[in-house]
Order: sequence, then structure tokens, then C-alpha cells
Amino acid sequence: MGRYYQPEIETASREKLTEIQNEKIVKQVKHVWDNVPYYRNLMEQKGVTPDDIKGIADLHKLPFLTKADLRDAYPYGLLGTDLKNCVRIQSTSGTTGKRVVAFYTQKDIDLWEECCARAIVAAGGTEEDVCQVCYGYGLFTGGPGLNGGSHKVGCLTLPMSSGNTERQIQFMMDLGSTIICCTPSYAAYIGETLRDMGYKPEDNKLKAGIFGAEPWTEEMRHEIEKLLGIKAYDIYGLTETTGPGVSFECEEQTGMHINEDHFYPEIINPETGEVLPDGELGELVFTSLDKEGFPLLRYRTRDLCVLSKKKCSCGRTHVKMSKPKGRSDDMLIIRGVNVFPSQIEAVLLNEGYSPNYQIIVDRVNNSDTMDINVELAPELFSDIVSENVKREKSLESAMRTMLGIGPKVHLVAPNTIVRSEGKAVRVIDKRKLID
Amino acid sequence: MAIKQISVYVENKMGKLHDMVKEVSDADINIRASMIADTAEFGIFRMIVSDTDKALRILSEKSMVNITKVVAVKMEDKTGSLTKVLSILKDAAISVEYMYAFAGAAELGAYVVLRVNNAEAAEKLLNANGISTLNDEDIAL
Repeated sequence: MGRYYQPEIETASREKLTEIQNEKIVKQVKHVWDNVPYYRNLMEQKGVTPDDIKGIADLHKLPFLTKADLRDAYPYGLLGTDLKNCVRIQSTSGTTGKRVVAFYTQKDIDLWEECCARAIVAAGGTEEDVCQVCYGYGLFTGGPGLNGGSHKVGCLTLPMSSGNTERQIQFMMDLGSTIICCTPSYAAYIGETLRDMGYKPEDNKLKAGIFGAEPWTEEMRHEIEKLLGIKAYDIYGLTETTGPGVSFECEEQTGMHINEDHFYPEIINPETGEVLPDGELGELVFTSLDKEGFPLLRYRTRDLCVLSKKKCSCGRTHVKMSKPKGRSDDMLIIRGVNVFPSQIEAVLLNEGYSPNYQIIVDRVNNSDTMDINVELAPELFSDIVSENVKREKSLESAMRTMLGIGPKVHLVAPNTIVRSEGKAVRVIDKRKLID
Repeated sequence: MAIKQISVYVENKMGKLHDMVKEVSDADINIRASMIADTAEFGIFRMIVSDTDKALRILSEKSMVNITKVVAVKMEDKTGSLTKVLSILKDAAISVEYMYAFAGAAELGAYVVLRVNNAEAAEKLLNANGISTLNDEDIAL
């Protein structure tokens, strides 16, 4: 069949999966208790011992870990094994200002790369494919993760790393890349560049793209699929858990299968910490079931999403998570209204603008202000002032309808907002509401 | 045969206008007429140049550029000249978006550049009324 990388586990029955999870969690909690004093201390404060955890059903008894814990425990406080057993570190990009360092044993690297391999096979990858990895290599998990997965599948791997778009395109065309892995905004940028160079979508050999590491919308998916002539698959992950490949999309494109034989997901109410049933929107929490180097239990991702165990047409049985519908910590509250940057992106694409924008939030005279800089495509630029103003006004009105509050829109010249060959700075919040 | 006007988006930042104009002069292109519209956010610098195609090629590498057809109308230096021109357009329901005046070299005289909703029609109409206009050859000096 070749549709799964590890068919036995990817299509295991729910009973079988639970059995695996129960067995792993008991072992893992004991491992953490014995090796991670920081977490042991948290457990003791809660009055929990490894004996209380007899299976996944007892998981809710364990304390949460948050980004603040990672900061407090930096760099070795959450290390789960001797450093001599570790072979690699990876680190977060620090976009939220808090760097995280994660440790990996060889076994951790293998299971991570297998997860990425599952994602590549789900996107149609085989040993016949040429897989161009233009996620950043280095501390960022994107490049190394997909690179390892691509090797495991047996694709010819192009370890491009990010940036140098001209070279990306040259290799893509000369070597006939069939799969591309990068951030969705970079995929859109490559697509736009190809178009501007006069290439049609059918001129490239790409069939699929595996895109993640930043939030993107369905509208953006369609845009990228059209620009590159591919099917665009979402992939999800975080350094704290392992990196990309924690979950991935199959051909159904209705959510990402979580590799729950390694990463057990829960959805909680971010206010109370209470575990919510499948189907409810809440904060995603992950427990690493068998990682050795950096075995985080009940780590709060701050990503808001929904889990679904509905039968999937691809045959995989692993639970699916929705695309994160925002983050409980980058959600903006402006004049008391919750605003997600993804909503702004959706309006822009809907109104025919490029998804290159920047939100600037400030507080003037005790009132929040919201400005959105939007890049204007050259063909939309008019020599008449009122025409350009009319565009701004109509965009403002569309934003007001979507967001419930009215931002000030400023049209700016193309390429004046810093492009994301890694990650885009979408929001600048000057309000300093928290220390 | 209306003439081509090139409009360039200029950021409201110190030196941006200079840098853009320098690109034009470095390419040996003469700006025959110009007018800037300033908004709170940015300026739109409109100009009639000696080589529009070359200017477009150079400027569109770095800037947002728009090409529009405008009518350059020869003005007699006497009371009522502009009224006469605008009356003809008004009677034909051709609206003026904006306009600016310039004085060419001695052999050209004084002109008003009109940005109207239909440059070709406006020009035909003015010519039919005995008012002369410039064409691209006239400005390619």
C-alpha cells in the first residue's frame, strides 16, 4: 500500500492504542519522578506519587508544566537523563522572548524522525520523491525534523534551509523537487516569486507541500495550492514536545492526526485547568509518553484547538486535532474584544490582498488603538489619492465586520513589511499591559 | 494621443523623495513637469518625463509605480484660458481628478496637465475646439 509509514501503529485499534499509552505512561511517570527533581517537586506539592498513575485515565492527577516552568528550569532543570546519553539540543526561535532548550537522546531523535516520516508518507511521499526542505536548519526544529523524516522515507533530500529564494527555485526546477517543506508564508512567497518570474503552476514538478511552524488559514492553503499547483498539508509540532511531526494532516485535510503513541493530547479549560471532552475548544496539553531527554508531562501549549476521534477515511485511527484556532497567549484583547491575527489574514485574502501585514496595537489616552499595515500589490496602486483612500476605507470596513472593532488600515509599498523566511512578526503590541 | 504620466509611491520618510528623483536623473531622464500629492501616510509623485518607458523600467524595480494617460493642454497667457478648457470638458461631462500647471522651454510655452476620467476623449474634444495638446514626441526632448 505504501500509504502509511508505520501501518501497524498508525491504524491500531483504539483499545490497542490505549493499552500502549497505559503501559508507557506508568513507566514514564516513574522515569520522570526518578530523574527530574523539578517535576517531582511539583508532584509532591500536589500530593501525587507514581503509584497514583496506573494509566492514562489518571493523567489528570498530574501537575501542568508551562512556559514559565521551562524558563525557571532553564537550562537543565527538566532534563530527563544524564547529559552523556543526549546527542542533540534544539531550541525555540524565541519569538515570544523566552528561549527553550530541549535535549534529545538518539532514541528521541529516531522517534521524532519517524513521526516526520509518517507525515511525509501521508502527503504521498515515497522513496521516488525529491523532498526540498526549506525550513531553517540549526537550532530550529523545522529543518532537522523534516530532513530526518525525509531520510527515513528514502526521499532524495534537498537540505536547502530557509532563504535565498532564487537558489530555492533553481534547485526546485533543475532537480525536479516533488515535495516542499517550509513555513506557509515562505511557500506563498516562493509561489509569488515563481509567478512573477513567469512560471505557471504546472511548470514545476511539485505535488505536495508540508507546511507548519506558524498559524495559517484555509484561505492561505487555497492560495498556496493554486500558486504552486500542489496539495498543501499542515504539520504541527513544538520544540518542547519534540518539533514538527507531533501531528500531521492526511489526504482528508480535516485536521491533523496526533502521533498519540508518543504524545498524549488533552484539551483543557485554560482558566480552570479542567479536562474537556473531545469536541470542545480548549488549550492543547501534551504528555510525552516515551521521550527520554526532555520528557515533559502535561505541557500546556497555549494553542487552542479541538480534538476529534471521528473515523478518518485515510484509515489512520489516531485522534485528530483542528488547526490551532489561535493561541491563548497571542490572542489580542483590544478594547475588550478578542482578536486573532488569523482573522485579519482571512479578511485580507478574502478582499484580494496579499497576506503580508503587520498589526500594531498601542494605547493612547487610555484607549487601545489598532493599526494594520497592509502591503499593496503594485497593480492596485492608483495615481489618485482618493482611490487609495477608498481602498483603505473598504478594508477597514471589512475588518470591522470580521473583528467587531475598527482598526486603521494603512496601505504600504510591497516588500516593506519584513518577509518571513523564518517567522513573520505579525503583531507589535506596544501596550505593556503585563510586566 | 494623450501623454503618459508616471506616478510613484513615495514613503513619508526623510530622503525618500530625493533617492527616487536621483534614480531618474542618474538615468539621464528629464522631468518635464511634476506634482506631489501628500497624504498623512505617503506621497504620490506624478511626473511627465522625457522617457516614460525607461523611467518605468528603472523605478518599478524598487517602487510602486502607476502609468496613467493625461492631457497636456497648451494655455494662452490670458484671463479665461483655463475656464474655456474646463467649460468644454464640463459640457461633455468629463470630470477632472486633478490638474497641475507647468511651463516648458520657450518653444513649448505654458501647459496644464489634466487628469480626467477619459484622456483620449478629452483630447479629441479639445483639439476639435482649436486647443492644442502635447503628444509623447513633444516631451521626449
